[in-house]
Formats: sequence, C-alpha cells, structure tokens
Amino acid sequence: MSGTSRPRSSRARPFLIAAALLFLVLFLVVPMGVVFASAFGKGIGWYLRSIRNPETLHALRLTLAVVAFALPINVAFGVAAAWALARFRFPGRSLILTCLDLPFTVSPVVAGMIFIILCGSNNALGGWFAAHGVKIIFALPGIVLATLFVTSSYVARELIPLLEAQGRDEEEAALSLGASGWQMFRRVALPNMRWGLLYGVVLLNARAMGEFGAVSVVSGHIRGRTNTLPLQVEILYNEYDFAGAFAVASLLALLAVATLIAKSVVEHWSARRGAPVAPAPMATAAVRRMAE
Amino acid sequence: MRRTRTPGSGPDHGHYPASDPGSAHAHGHVSFLARVLTAGALVLAVAGTAAAQAKLLNVSYDPTRELYKEVNEVFAKQWKEKTGQTLQIDQSHGGSGSQARSVIDGLEADVVTLALAYDIDAIAEKAKLLPAGWQDRLPSRSSPYISTIVFLVRKGNPKKILDWDDLVRPGVQVITANPKTSGAARWAYLAAWGYERKKGGDEAAARDFVQRLYKNVPVMDTGARGSTNTFVQRGIGDVLLSWENEAILAVRELGPDKLEIVAPSLSILAEPPVAWIDRNTAKHGTQALAKAYLEFLYTERGQEIAAKHYYRPRLESVAKKHAGVFPQVKLFTIEEMFGSWHEAHAKHFADGGIFDSIFQPGK
Repeated sequence: MSGTSRPRSSRARPFLIAAALLFLVLFLVVPMGVVFASAFGKGIGWYLRSIRNPETLHALRLTLAVVAFALPINVAFGVAAAWALARFRFPGRSLILTCLDLPFTVSPVVAGMIFIILCGSNNALGGWFAAHGVKIIFALPGIVLATLFVTSSYVARELIPLLEAQGRDEEEAALSLGASGWQMFRRVALPNMRWGLLYGVVLLNARAMGEFGAVSVVSGHIRGRTNTLPLQVEILYNEYDFAGAFAVASLLALLAVATLIAKSVVEHWSARRGAPVAPAPMATAAVRRMAE
Repeated sequence: MRRTRTPGSGPDHGHYPASDPGSAHAHGHVSFLARVLTAGALVLAVAGTAAAQAKLLNVSYDPTRELYKEVNEVFAKQWKEKTGQTLQIDQSHGGSGSQARSVIDGLEADVVTLALAYDIDAIAEKAKLLPAGWQDRLPSRSSPYISTIVFLVRKGNPKKILDWDDLVRPGVQVITANPKTSGAARWAYLAAWGYERKKGGDEAAARDFVQRLYKNVPVMDTGARGSTNTFVQRGIGDVLLSWENEAILAVRELGPDKLEIVAPSLSILAEPPVAWIDRNTAKHGTQALAKAYLEFLYTERGQEIAAKHYYRPRLESVAKKHAGVFPQVKLFTIEEMFGSWHEAHAKHFADGGIFDSIFQPGK
C-alpha cells in the first residue's frame, strides 16, 4: 500500500507546497507588506507622529483596557462553560451549546444594536442607568459589553471538543487516588486543556482588539474618548490621512504579532518545564505527581 | 445577567477570576490576570480623573471634521482668555441621521451641529431633549453657514455630465449616500426632485426622474464621507453628488489633476443647523458654554473659519471676500419647494415614503 502511494505523493509534494506557499504569500504576506509599506509611505517621521497622536494613543489605551476586561472574564466563563458542557449531561445542555454559537453567527452590528436597545436611554433599563448617572452605551462599559458578547464563545468552543476527546479517565484516576475536586482540576484537568486554552485566549484576544462592527455601533465615535484602534483607523482613512491610517493599522498588526510571540513563549516555556505536549504521558506524569 | 452587571461595577472585577474555579491557579495565571485587570483599572482611573476642566461634546455630521477641529481650537483659546477656564471640546462624526439616532439613544451631546433641521427635530420629538422651537433661538434659523449640492466628476468629465438630466442617462454611475442616514444624500435627493419640478414636470415626472437617478446608483454608503471615499479612493462611479464643501475639499486634498467640480444649473439651498441640547447641558452645567460656542459660529472669526473650510458664510462681508471660491449656482429653498423639512421627510424619507417605493436594492 505505502509502496504504491509514496512515489505519487512525492510527485505531488512540490505542487502542494508551492500552492500553499503561493496562497500564503498572496493572502497573508502581501497584504501585511502593504500595510507596513503604506504605513511608512510618508517616512518614519510621519509614522511616529501618527502613532504619537494623542487620539491614537488614547485609542490604544482604550483597546488595551477593553481587552483587560474581556480577556479574564471570558476565559473564566469559557473554561467554566466548557467544563460543565463536556463533563456533565443535563437538561438544556444542547440548548446552551446552540447558544454558544450565537456570538459567531450573529452579525456584529446586531450584537451592538442589542445593547443599544437594552441600554438606550429610551427604555426602562437604560433610563434607570441614566437616572443614576451610569453611562453604559457610548462609553467604556458599552464597548466592553459588546466585545464580551462577540468574544464570549472562543475559549469554550476551543475547549469542548478537546475535553470530550480526552475523556475523563485521568480525572477519575486522580480522584480515585484521593485528590480533591479542586486538586484534580488544577493538577490534571487544567494542564490537559492548556493548549486548547492558550489557543482560545489568542483568538479571543485577537477578536477583542480587532472588533469593529459591534464596537462601532455602541461607541458614539467621540474622538479621543470612545474610539478604539479599529475605529481610529477608519477615521484617519476617512480624513484622507492614508499613511496615518495604515500606521495605526500596523500598530494593530504589531499587537497581533506580540500576542503570537507571547503564545510561542508560553509554549516554549511550558515545554522546557518538562510538561510534555502529548496528552498520554502528560497524564501519567500528572498522576505520578499526584501520587507523590 | 452577569454580563449586564459586570462593567458597571468596573474595577471591582479584580476579584472575579480568582474566585472562579474556571480560572487557572496553576502556572501563575492568576497573577497574570490580576496584573491585566489592575492595568485596566488604572487606565479607567486615569481616564476618570481628567475631568477637572470644562468639557463640551459636539455631535456633528460627516464632513465637518476639519471645520470643527479648527473652530474648537480657536474657540477654546478665546474662552480661556475670557474666562480662564481650560476647555476640552470632543467631536463625534457620522451620518447626520445616525448621529441624531445616537443622541436620542443617549449619546450625551452638549451641542449638535447636523446636516438638516429634521434630524434635530427628531431629537426634540422622540427624546424631548430640547424644545420644539429650537430653530428660532439662534439667527438665520440656526444655520450659521450654508451649502449646496454639486457634482464631482473625474478629470476632463469623460461622461460629459453637466446637469441633473445627465445623471439619469443609461450607463452613468452616480455615487450618493443612503438618504435614510445621510444628510447630504437627502439634500441631493430633494435637489433632484426640485430640479425636475422647476423644469415644469409634475409630481409623477419628478418621481420617475429620481427613480431613474437611483437606478444608476451602484453603491450607497451611510454617510457623505463614506461615499466621497467610494468615489475618490475606490474609483467607483462617474459622478458624486456631494456637499459643495466636501467636493472642494476633495479636489484640494487629492489634486485638481484627478477631479473637477460641475455646478448644475439649479440646486438646493442646504442649511445645516446647530443647537444646544438643553437636557444634556443642564446635566453637565454647560448651558452658557454651549450657547457661547454656537454663537461664536456667527461671529466674523467663526464665519471666516467656515469659509476657509468651504462652507458658504452667512455674514455678507465674509461672503463677499470668499465669493470667488464658490461656483455660481441658482438655489431654491426647501420651504418654497416642499413646505418644510417635516413635510419633505414625511413624504419622501419616512418608512413607506416615496424613497422606499422607488428604491429597491439590487434592481
């Protein structure tokens, strides 16, 4: 079998590699190159001035603040939801699973509008907030809410298939060896889901920083107040400052690259600390640690 | 439920992940999360403490960004000299209709400077944030500057577009924004309608005329600036129905070697109005400031700035000085043709109005 298929695959290999490379270059490298080339289109001085513009710096701070809220909240929610849905069978489970897909399937604009309708000053909830001096929409809380909504499922959606594939054997082994539920979670379950979790966090982070539609609806577009980086890019572009728009876009791209670097560092660092990536040996190691 | 509560209680969230079994104790994740949260809280705190000065939020329509940037600088300087108070004037821009919608939904504008009176009427009617008679509180029916709708075409005018009739020719692509959300697009629609009526056409002829015009529209953005970019940057279309100020700005910014302005034989006198929002200024204690800000637009200095950004000034002396900048166009008013903005809106742009019946997307 393998004797006949080998030569054919080796003949196909250069084509496949070339096709993959071509695709990568066309759809990833060239656009990224265009972003950076346009960003430096008016020289490094212009680039630095665009980045140091107070409105851009504020947009950067706001974007990071939004991520600082969205990331921990949705990681906590995602792990809890994935654990509950993968480990337990209960009535309404499939309904919740379906709801988890909502943030992916609902258009971001609709996601933003949900909060306008909920918290706009013309209805009970929004009116109550307004009367008590709490600003939800057109302020940071609204932007955080919209971001939470669109990023709420990333971690859970990464973890559920992973947890289901891993099964609960190792966890039961840990429990039968006398671990408390919390110990089992920390020492066995969490290390096992680490890679899925990390990937979920990277996706969540990328979406939270880059979300445009939902945030645009609830932002109010106040310059230097409620514009996140993606909104700032649009504003600069609309003001004929193309080099500036791409400078800010390159900032977003750099943030994304920083996220990926952070992910690689964590992966590398975990691997060096002797936690193998393959699930089976990791489990035995974990059980051994437990037993000691 | 958790979601609706969380951001309101803000920085308190430092405790949340630590008490949740879902978050990770192992491998130092908690301290990382805590650090991230602290950073977030700090950013918020810093943003919150910067309020020891007078603030004003101007919610405006799409093409006024450059105008109000300069107005804000000059006015803030004058205000500082007069009162010693440091001013921070924030700007928000978008399609006039959608900006009005945001103010109705709770965007706390101290002043609105929109594209047409109906949008401020909507704020007065739907949210009762200012009195219905707001338009009589400032001179010239609360429009410190005026403008009109002109055509922007590619250099050399390859499609020979000279007047409104040329827009309905087959094969001519017209770029204009969505009249439901954009002020410029509503003025442009009414200008086209008025042109056909002034030519002697009856209602049915005018309706047929605008229907044929919108058949030629391939892309509709939500705001004027969006459609300018569609036309100028993305190179779509043969002619842009544009604010006069936006057209002159585009030609100056992007080069007279690419674009030129065509003045139609007849167009509409567009009066972009301004108003302070009583309920919000009362809440912020900015009544006097908001009023002074808008009155500044009528001063000679304010009029000069308006003219510099290609809005037609109201003040005779300033208008004369800049007369050469603006093309000669015969203008009719919305009152003489449509009665009032209210009537025009109800008949043409309200849900189920004439625009809805003539424009079916994709056809």
